[in-house]
Amino acid sequence: MAYDKFNIVKSTAVPLSIENVDTDQIIPARFLKATERKGFGDNLFRDWRYNNDGSPKTDFVLNNSKYSGKILVGGKNFGSGSSREHAAWAIYDYGFRCVVSSFFADIFKNNSLNIGVLPVTVSPEFLAKIYQAIDADPKTELEVNLPDQTITLLATGEKETFAIDGYKKHNMLNGFDDVDYLQAMKNEIQSFATHMVL
Amino acid sequence: MNNTPKTLFDKVWDAHVVRSIPDGPDVFFIDRHFIHEVTSPVAFLGLKNRGVKVMFPEKTFATADHNTPTINQHLPVEDPLSANQLKALEENAAAHGISHWGLGNPKNGIVHVVGPENGITLPGMTVVCGDSHTSTHGAFGAIAFGIGTSEVEMVLSSQCIMQAKAKKMRINVNGKLGKGVTPKDVALFIISQISASGATGYFVEYAGEVFENMSMEGRMTVCNLSIESGARGGMIAPDETTFAYLKGKEKAPKGDAWDTALEYWKTLKTDEGAQFDKELNYSADEIEPQITYGTNPGLGTGISQNIPFASTVKDGEASYKKSLAYMGFAEGEKLIGKKIDYVFLGSCTNGRIEDFRAFASIVKGRKKADNITAWLVPGSHVVEQQIKDEGILDIITAAGFQLRQPGCSACLAMNDDKVPAGKYAVSTSNRNFEGRQGPGSRTLLASPFVAAAAAVTGVVTDPRDLL
Ligand code: SF4
Repeated sequence: MAYDKFNIVKSTAVPLSIENVDTDQIIPARFLKATERKGFGDNLFRDWRYNNDGSPKTDFVLNNSKYSGKILVGGKNFGSGSSREHAAWAIYDYGFRCVVSSFFADIFKNNSLNIGVLPVTVSPEFLAKIYQAIDADPKTELEVNLPDQTITLLATGEKETFAIDGYKKHNMLNGFDDVDYLQAMKNEIQSFATHMVL
Repeated sequence: MNNTPKTLFDKVWDAHVVRSIPDGPDVFFIDRHFIHEVTSPVAFLGLKNRGVKVMFPEKTFATADHNTPTINQHLPVEDPLSANQLKALEENAAAHGISHWGLGNPKNGIVHVVGPENGITLPGMTVVCGDSHTSTHGAFGAIAFGIGTSEVEMVLSSQCIMQAKAKKMRINVNGKLGKGVTPKDVALFIISQISASGATGYFVEYAGEVFENMSMEGRMTVCNLSIESGARGGMIAPDETTFAYLKGKEKAPKGDAWDTALEYWKTLKTDEGAQFDKELNYSADEIEPQITYGTNPGLGTGISQNIPFASTVKDGEASYKKSLAYMGFAEGEKLIGKKIDYVFLGSCTNGRIEDFRAFASIVKGRKKADNITAWLVPGSHVVEQQIKDEGILDIITAAGFQLRQPGCSACLAMNDDKVPAGKYAVSTSNRNFEGRQGPGSRTLLASPFVAAAAAVTGVVTDPRDLL
């Protein structure tokens, strides 16, 4: 699926310091009924963001005008549970390009990379620093530099490097996707298939 | 060929690598691909936009389950959005020559129930589906895991996905399970020990007497729940139990093909001396019937225990307290005796015939408690038929219960089977996340025995007292 290239993102960040944020919270199942990829951002964190009558819950961070930006900072074990890619779509559609956490669930991490949201894994200590910095000044900026694989707290210059495999990095930098790569090797796949036992 | 000892996972993985991308994932070949109405439409749209066809339509199988009603399935689906997804699945399957078991088809049911039931899933295969509980199929010694919609599009268009090989973990459980302790309890016990993220980054092999002595239904329940400890998937080496289950299944090999397959399947076990990145050992007598009290599957305990104090849990204290607040529970409280409003028997975790047998064995000769609303939802029409044939329907009907029609139902509450806000459900499904069974719903995960015990007493009850 096409997405915008990712190079360097310099932005304020939204702190969501909750652990084990599962994809049912990111986008509840009842909003998965679409047959097109449209409008998922409106229902991002639906049940944490809105009351049953549709009014916003004022204590939820997305409803707090102090916080904004292209980076979402989540707690440990972010994106656990259901494999719904809709969770990553909702995050992208809302306007985030990057999620920072100390630990991601596997499927969520894959899904994000596939649709152009960069998951950045930092140490628990650095995560705590980010939360402190945003707490002290909601306008503080982070820089996520994909070519260098670094994340920097711009106010203090403190930075950490993060891991991403070379193939996925290349894709993200260029907005490429795996379907194209696989299409280009169809003959190889075809001949592999004929040699399978089952 | 070198002679380095290999794990079961290595053997199946290595046989499916088409190409290893340097500093990148493997291009990984998929033998069986299941699709359903919720996570496939956007993938088909992607194919359309690229002008690409499905490469191997005979390797993909479609069934409608997530979004389907569990009553009056002969009538048109009322919710227009659900109806639209079901129609899209039917049309996409037809346009690409994919077999489709839609609503009303006698083969229809939950994807992870109908796949094995029809012999589609076989040992040594790679199996994927846009649903995280695809791990269920690992019970056959297959590598099976859930994927996202982009990957569904990859499989449709090229029969491959991009995957980095996971680390390997073996979990051994030896000894003999006690009375009233089911495969579900074994799985919930493991998750409570290692937490909901304890196996993230790993692929798990379950080994030891407990799994060797388990039926295929039980093994499916265990592998199904692998994802709830964060694992990519779980698998169990195929053995005589596996072969006996598969023999004669519609899509399983026949005649000479069976013999050839069998010979190969018998090689699918971890070699002596093969290395795991992590190995855990438990004893069956540590395990009693389990129940969860929090909002992730790792927050569970033996049914006779009290809810742990925040100071003793591995999860962050703030998250733990938030979780208990959502559930309306307090630290240190007893679980036995808690009032329950709903009971759900079903899902790809516990919607098979054994689960209904277990449920019936407790409700037999008893009556449904007045305060309980019960949803008994078979995993497939085949299970539904077995329930009738074995006389289970008569037992549950006499006890005041009704049988619904197959589907995912209250497991994810996309259809009308929603637990109302604030109400408590004892559920045999797999997730107790906030709002999973309906906005504001509170879920206690447990086995069919525990569900049955709650259904007849109206409160959390130790099923061993009723067996
Ligand atoms: S029963 Fe639940 S977990 Fe299983 S396939 Fe359906 S929604 Fe997924």
